[in-house]
Amino acid sequence: MPSTNYILYTIIGCGLATWLSRILPLVILKNMTLSKKVIEFLNFVPIAIMSSLWFESLFIQHIGQLPSIEWPNLLASIPTVITAILTKSLLLIVLVGVLSLSLINILI
Amino acid sequence: MNNSLTPKAALREALPTIFGYIGIGAAFGIIGQSSGLSVFIILLISIIVYAGAAQFVVATMLLTHSPILSIILSVFLVNSRLILMSATLAPYFKKESLIKNILIGTFLTDESFALGMNKLNYTNNRLNFRWFHTVNIVAYVTWIMGTLLGATLGSLITNPEKLGFNFAITAMFIGLLYLQIISDRSIKINVQLIVILFTLVIVYLGLIFIPANLVILLTTILACYFGTVIKHAFN
Repeated sequence: MPSTNYILYTIIGCGLATWLSRILPLVILKNMTLSKKVIEFLNFVPIAIMSSLWFESLFIQHIGQLPSIEWPNLLASIPTVITAILTKSLLLIVLVGVLSLSLINILI
Repeated sequence: MNNSLTPKAALREALPTIFGYIGIGAAFGIIGQSSGLSVFIILLISIIVYAGAAQFVVATMLLTHSPILSIILSVFLVNSRLILMSATLAPYFKKESLIKNILIGTFLTDESFALGMNKLNYTNNRLNFRWFHTVNIVAYVTWIMGTLLGATLGSLITNPEKLGFNFAITAMFIGLLYLQIISDRSIKINVQLIVILFTLVIVYLGLIFIPANLVILLTTILACYFGTVIKHAFN
C-alpha cells in the first residue's frame, strides 16, 4: 500500500495541474483580444473535441497495431444517433444510449 | 434548449448530464475501491483532481508507485484539452469579474463546455455566469455523489459495465455533436462534416501510435487547424 503522504502530495499536485489548465486561459484572456486566426481555430474546438471523444470510444487500442472495433459501443451509437435526429432531446438521447448498450451487453 | 440563461434553465438543461456523471463517477469509485484506496482518498481525488478519465490514470499510477511528477505530467497531458476549452470560453466571460472567471474555470468540464457551446446557438451568442456556474455545480455535485456511491456500494455490483451507464457520456457527446452541427451557423455544415470525418481518420490512425488519452488532444488540435484551412477553401 502506497504511503498516505505520497498519495496526498500526488492528489494536490494533480489538482493544481488541472486547476491551472482550467483557469489560466480564462484569466489571461480576460483582458486580451485574440486574433481572428486564433478565434477561427477555437471555433472548431467543440465539434473536434466531441467527435474525438465519441470516436475514441469506438475502438480498442493495440499500440503498434491497427485498433479493433468496440462493437457494443458502435452498435449502441446507431440508435443513439437516430434518436438525436428524430427527437433532438438530450435526455432521450442519453436514455436510449444507455438502454441500447445494456441491451447489447445482455444479448452479446 | 431555449434562450433563457437563468439557473432554473441551467438545472433543466443539465439533467441529461447527470446519468453520465453518476455512471462514470461510480465506475471511478469502484475502480478506486478495488485498487485498495480508502473511500476518503477516492473522494479526495474526485473533489480535488476532478478530471474524469485522468482520475483513472491517477488511481492506476498510484498503485504502481509511479513518481509524483510523472503522475502530475500524465494528468496534465490527458486534461490539457481543458486549456483549449477554457480559451474558447474566455471571450464570453470577459465582462464578468475575475473571481467569476476563476470559478467558471475551476469547475469546467467537457460536458459543461459542450452544453455551453450548444446554448450559444439559442441565446444569440451569449453566456452568463449564473447559467454556466449552475451547470458546472450540478456536474461537480453529481460527480462526487457518483464517486461516493461507487466507492461504498461498488462491491455489491459485480459487473458495472453491464448496466450501460458508461455509455451515458458518449451518448451525450453524440447528442451535443448533432445539435451543434444543425444549429451552429458560423461554420457551414459541409465543412463541419468534413472536419468530423477527419477526426475519425486521425483518431483511428492516432490509436496505432499514441496512448488513447493523448489521441483526443492531438486530434482536437489537428482537426481545428484542418478546419480553418478547409473553411477558407470552401469560401
